[in-house]
Amino acid sequence: MSFTLLAAGGAPNPLLPHTAEIVVGFVAFGLLYIVMRRRVVPMFEKAFAARTEAIQGGMDRAEKAQLEAQRALVQYNEQLSKAREEAQTLREEARVQGSAIVEELRAKAQEEAARITAAAHASIEAERQQAVTSLRNEVGTLAVELASKIVGEALEDQARQSRIVDRFLDDLEKSKK
Amino acid sequence: MRSLVVFRAEGEGFVPPSSKDFELPPIFGDNEFTTKPIFLILFSVILLSVFFLMASRKASVVPSKLQFAGESVYAYVRNDLGKEIIGHEFMRFVPYLFTLFTFILVNNIFGIVPLIQFPTMSRISFAYVLGIITFGVFHYVGIRHHGIFKYMKDILFMPGVPKPVYILLTPIEIATYLVVRPLTISLRLFANMFAGHLLLMIFILGGEHLLQGAVGLKLVSPFAFAFGIALTFFELLVQCLQAYIFTLLTALYIGGALADEH
Repeated sequence: MSFTLLAAGGAPNPLLPHTAEIVVGFVAFGLLYIVMRRRVVPMFEKAFAARTEAIQGGMDRAEKAQLEAQRALVQYNEQLSKAREEAQTLREEARVQGSAIVEELRAKAQEEAARITAAAHASIEAERQQAVTSLRNEVGTLAVELASKIVGEALEDQARQSRIVDRFLDDLEKSKK
Repeated sequence: MRSLVVFRAEGEGFVPPSSKDFELPPIFGDNEFTTKPIFLILFSVILLSVFFLMASRKASVVPSKLQFAGESVYAYVRNDLGKEIIGHEFMRFVPYLFTLFTFILVNNIFGIVPLIQFPTMSRISFAYVLGIITFGVFHYVGIRHHGIFKYMKDILFMPGVPKPVYILLTPIEIATYLVVRPLTISLRLFANMFAGHLLLMIFILGGEHLLQGAVGLKLVSPFAFAFGIALTFFELLVQCLQAYIFTLLTALYIGGALADEH
């Protein structure tokens, strides 16, 4: 220090260094450097890295979720269209089946109707036949009675009687024609 | 010291502050390791260590207020001074740049902190220390990166220059790399702090002196004080700026030493 004071004759030269200050300067700076390098910088860097990671991770996650959603949407759409197609097929099938059933029923009904008609025809024919037979008998009896009354002749013989009636009826039918 | 000036002022008129006011006597006996600047330097190391250790202790993704404060300074040095200037190898130098910036900043700001009011970097010894370290770092980095011969060749014979120009350029380059750079970086810091402190002393002590003069002078003295206060804020700007410049230049020198072309 005395050297420094001498340098500018009373007013010390401010450009000349002091040994003590140089030593302390190096030591102080060195200590601070060690603290910063060993502790402070790594911790801050760790926080920075964690933050970057958090932001990056969040973005990645969001992207993944979006992709997932997109895939689900495509899947749903696919399923929906498949379901629609299926429904269409079912409807078509049902229509075909329905028309088949209707056709079948109609055929059955027609058959039934035909059967009923035929039965009716048969029964009418039978009744007519019966009517004709009974009419013929009655007409025969009446006619014989009438004729016997008129002629006064008892026609007891059954065979002869029916022969006469038949002839009469045949004549009747012929004359009708 | 103040009483000394006042005493003189009463006796033989105003004695302007000089470089004498920067030569503070040892506090304990005549042990040169007990001066105010040395205590301030050590105090700054403790202050910075405690602050940044607390700020980074529980460094997490969502920062606390303290972490945010420390982290902002760190991120500024790391990205704006390190990454921007040095390039992809910047991470190796971030601890050095960060220590440099905070160390200079705090010691400069001591100049306007009440009760402390002494910018430690106005002692040239400390400025020299930092200049020497930066000088060593950037040459070491250059030699490690290029190999000693290529590094020296690049300095002595700057590539891409016509040969006759070397007569002029080589001495300039040698002077630049060996003398000018470490000297100017130290002197710039020292001189700014020295001059700033001197300026503040002139206005504050001058104002005090005027207060003891005639009535007319007493009326002028508030202006001197007001100017002193205004200059204090100006000093704050200079102090931050000088810390920035020193770190910026260090980063530039390191970046230059790492660059493949000059």
